[in-house]
Amino acid sequence: MSTVKLTVNGKSVSATVEDRTLLVHLLRENLNLTGTHVGCDTSQCGACIVHIDGKAVKSCTTLVGQIDGANVTTIEGIAKGDQLHPMQAAFRDNHGLQCGYCTPGMIMSAIDIVNRHAGDLDEETVRHELEGNICRCTGYHNIVKSVLDAAGRMKVAQAAE
Amino acid sequence: MYETTYHRPASIDEAAALFAKHPEAKYLAGGHTLIPVMKQRLAAPSDIIDLAKIKDLIGIEATSDALIIKAATTYYDITQSPAAKKAIPAIVHLTSVLGDPAVRYRGTIGGSIANNDPAADYPAAVLALNATIKTNKREIKGDDFFQGLFSTALEEDEIITSVSFPIPAKAGYAKMRHPASRFALTAVFVAQTRSGEVRVAATGASQSGVMRVPAIEAALKANWSVGALDSVKISADGLMGDIHGSAEYRANLIKVMAQRAVEAAG
Ligand SMILES: Cc1cc2nc3c(=O)[nH]c(=O)nc-3n(C[C@H](O)[C@H](O)[C@H](O)COP(=O)(O)OP(=O)(O)OC[C@H]3O[C@@H](n4cnc5c(N)ncnc54)[C@H](O)[C@@H]3O)c2cc1C
Ligand code: FES
Ligand code: FES
Repeated sequence: MSTVKLTVNGKSVSATVEDRTLLVHLLRENLNLTGTHVGCDTSQCGACIVHIDGKAVKSCTTLVGQIDGANVTTIEGIAKGDQLHPMQAAFRDNHGLQCGYCTPGMIMSAIDIVNRHAGDLDEETVRHELEGNICRCTGYHNIVKSVLDAAGRMKVAQAAE
Repeated sequence: MYETTYHRPASIDEAAALFAKHPEAKYLAGGHTLIPVMKQRLAAPSDIIDLAKIKDLIGIEATSDALIIKAATTYYDITQSPAAKKAIPAIVHLTSVLGDPAVRYRGTIGGSIANNDPAADYPAAVLALNATIKTNKREIKGDDFFQGLFSTALEEDEIITSVSFPIPAKAGYAKMRHPASRFALTAVFVAQTRSGEVRVAATGASQSGVMRVPAIEAALKANWSVGALDSVKISADGLMGDIHGSAEYRANLIKVMAQRAVEAAG
């Protein structure tokens, strides 16, 4: 057992857990943040993606010890009160989800993609960058549309800040 | 996953000392091979010794002759490095088509090479450029490092500290990616050294891991061009055949990927 200290969605968290605990289990089982999903056991699907110190990584392939002291943001931490994050709003408006299982991971990846490609995001780049997120429902077209739409909205939101 | 004890040493020496105390331990870097394998209970190390935060294992440096990448440097940092891009752009390209963005944030060059997956990308660059692998004990040449599927010249407790790639006159990499796993169905790294030697390595193709391709080396040595490979025939003997592609298909892919790599190298 070890004690790890993290900041999760802006709140300090301290947990004493087995060393084999994966971040996704800490989030879902200890912190009740069940928006982060587990879609595979091979680290391939991306349903579990969260931000660790601003980078989109797979929480199912991260031991909590590896990120002791880190800043974690999950899907629950991106809206501002009742106001959806522009990426969430774009997914809703563009029908970027069907069953919704992949959506939290898609959105956390997509925010990271827009952050890294500020200003020069095109369809081909979005498709290449989303390779770590698998969706069984949508066929991806509307997801790509959502991300491109959100890229514009995030620019506007940033300019307004 | 079975129980394990996690350690975060601050130095290479401290990591080695921890290993000496816990002989059933495993080193951990990005964790993007080891953790999935532990989740499937195919590995059950008593202790995990995390190398990823050791400062002496992180960084990229280019001299006039070599690109030196320390072992725990992530793929993401390699793709972002202007020094790497300038020294050997083919390595940066290879890294940008490895896995997916989340894998690239965590995976490291040292972990990839130590793991020696038969379809991994970095072994092709290490073998084609005959890079030097530095460990906490010695230096090993790329020619001697890879020893078949998932096995290398490393001893159990040995730590890779850096990989030094000699800067080539020309180099290119082309990969046919498996659409689901993103590993190489077959990929080829071609290099012309500054002394005019031609070295070509293929990954994802052979039953015994990364391999040199003498037929392509000879043809490119005689004439460094895409067309020089038109008449080369690669034997399917010893190549992998599985549900994703037959050995004959992979034999042809070696040639096609080599041609694309030469084109990329210019
Ligand atoms: C979805 C997915 C897609 C992937 N696609 C690709 C791909 O397209 N191409 C590809 O090449 N790889 C791919 N990989 C594998 C990925 O590159 C791994 O990151 C890599 O194989 C291991 O590096 P790591 O740093 O994560 O090592 P870890 O998983 O931490 O360790 C792997 C092994 O190396 C040992 N080790 C680590 N560092 C050292 C060191 N410095 N000295 C000695 N031993 C060490 C460990 O003990 C362990 O046995 C993929 C992985 C995933 C999950
Ligand atoms: S649950 Fe599938 S990648 Fe993490
Ligand atoms: S919306 Fe169902 S898996 Fe993507």
